[in-house]
Amino acid sequence: MSTKPQVPVLEGWFTEQDGKAFLLGTRCCGCGTYYFPRLSTYCKNPACDSEKFEEVPLSRTGKVWSFTNACYEPPEPFVAAKPFVPYTIAAVELDKEKMIVLGQVVEGVNVSDLKAGMEMELVVATLNEDETTVKTVWKWQPVVTGGAN
Amino acid sequence: MSGDIAILGVGMHPWGKWGKNFVQYGVKAARDALKDAGVNWTDIGFVSGAATMRCGYPGYVAGATFAQALGWQGAEVNTSYAACASGSQALAAARTKILSGACDVALVIGADTTPKGFLAPQKGERPDDPDWVRFRIGITNPTYFALYARRRMEMYGDTQDDFALVKVKNARHGFTNPNARYRKMFSAEEVAASNMVADPLRLMDICATSDGGAALIVSSLEYAKKIGRGDAVKIAAISTVTPTFASAVIEMPDIATDSAAAVQAHSFRAALPKKAYEEAGISPNDVSVAEVYDLSTALELDWMEDLQLCERGTAAQLVRSGATTIGGRIPVNPSGGLACFGEAVPAQALAQVCELTWQLRGQAGERQVANAKVGITANQGLFGHGSSVILKR
Ligand SMILES: [Zn+2]
Repeated sequence: MSTKPQVPVLEGWFTEQDGKAFLLGTRCCGCGTYYFPRLSTYCKNPACDSEKFEEVPLSRTGKVWSFTNACYEPPEPFVAAKPFVPYTIAAVELDKEKMIVLGQVVEGVNVSDLKAGMEMELVVATLNEDETTVKTVWKWQPVVTGGAN
Repeated sequence: MSGDIAILGVGMHPWGKWGKNFVQYGVKAARDALKDAGVNWTDIGFVSGAATMRCGYPGYVAGATFAQALGWQGAEVNTSYAACASGSQALAAARTKILSGACDVALVIGADTTPKGFLAPQKGERPDDPDWVRFRIGITNPTYFALYARRRMEMYGDTQDDFALVKVKNARHGFTNPNARYRKMFSAEEVAASNMVADPLRLMDICATSDGGAALIVSSLEYAKKIGRGDAVKIAAISTVTPTFASAVIEMPDIATDSAAAVQAHSFRAALPKKAYEEAGISPNDVSVAEVYDLSTALELDWMEDLQLCERGTAAQLVRSGATTIGGRIPVNPSGGLACFGEAVPAQALAQVCELTWQLRGQAGERQVANAKVGITANQGLFGHGSSVILKR
């Protein structure tokens, strides 16, 4: 494990409390629509003109909507390890918020390990590492049936 | 009242990587379209251009740029930008002008030159820009197409072999199209042997970017009759609706859909042709041929269902049965589609209309769909832009 300081790649987008990861969103005080990334200006619901929002952590589990991987190194601003290691990506549907959120899947989980409808949970993991810091991001991880989490 | 307008002429500059200025492609397409229409350039009252964002200031004012290149003759100009739907919005502007009686005959035109290599993203940290965010965390364009493709596999049992069949079919369709960039037959084995980009999509499942130009000469029905072209193919509908909140599908460049906690989710892709059918008073059962935006092979299957050419989840069965091949019940992308063209953004929606015009006139040569009477186009791009155009004989 690296001893370098861990810095979120996007400040204020996610957090960890008691070892559990949460995406940080907002919720419209007028109509109850959730927003991620957070929105605090004007509600996008055409039937709502509210400009008041409350900060809310989003559900930290959801079901796989679809999934894929990245076989080629993406262009900048992505920072790839050398040599590039392909990674898996999942689109996960949050039940309460009724929204689908993209994210990388934790290392070691391949496309062949995933199915639509599978239960996933949010974790904070390494996105990339340079000489001084470890950049962290949210990732999806399959919920181990009967596991401690 | 009739909302129809006539298509008097169509023209294209072949798609490719020619390394020329976009204006040259547009002028070639415009001159071909004028010749096809039998209309003089000096008779054109309105030039409606589709903008390109990649060619500097002349691209932002494409309508004027083409008008000047063809020789200023006093026509009014317009330029539209609507990502992949730019051509359709330029066409819609011309239709409005014609139907209001402000102009008899118009030139609608779009062309693009693609840069060499990758577009270099702006430098610096930009966490407020969704495009910066998604690339920073490793979400690229093929990610979205692959998520849609995998969703089909999970929901409907589609296979990678089905997606390969779409490529094989489109390659066969485009093989003899003089305006197509890629004119080469492919076998399912060759598609399956190409490199995986974003599982389940391989290199040959995903379309490239190209240079190209396309132009239309459109007029009022009265003008068409006056010049002896009362039998011209007509535009019966142009839909350029925006999405309805909340989005049901994850759209590029977002990292999340809208929340449907307070309101119902809506599919944007399905809304585009729905409006076109309503406007034309034409049913999906009446469609003889479709040109759809196959940014990926699997996306062609989604479009077939959004166009209501088959029940949701059954598009792969149609492809397997040969129904979408020329000679089948409902041929899709007889031009060869983006698979054979590669995308030239401001010209692509107009190229779809050019192909359907040739099809409805019976001038498509070896690609001809027998007795084509009604054709529909569909495309979708970034930022809530998309279009669907219906042509009829
Ligand atoms: Zn609201």
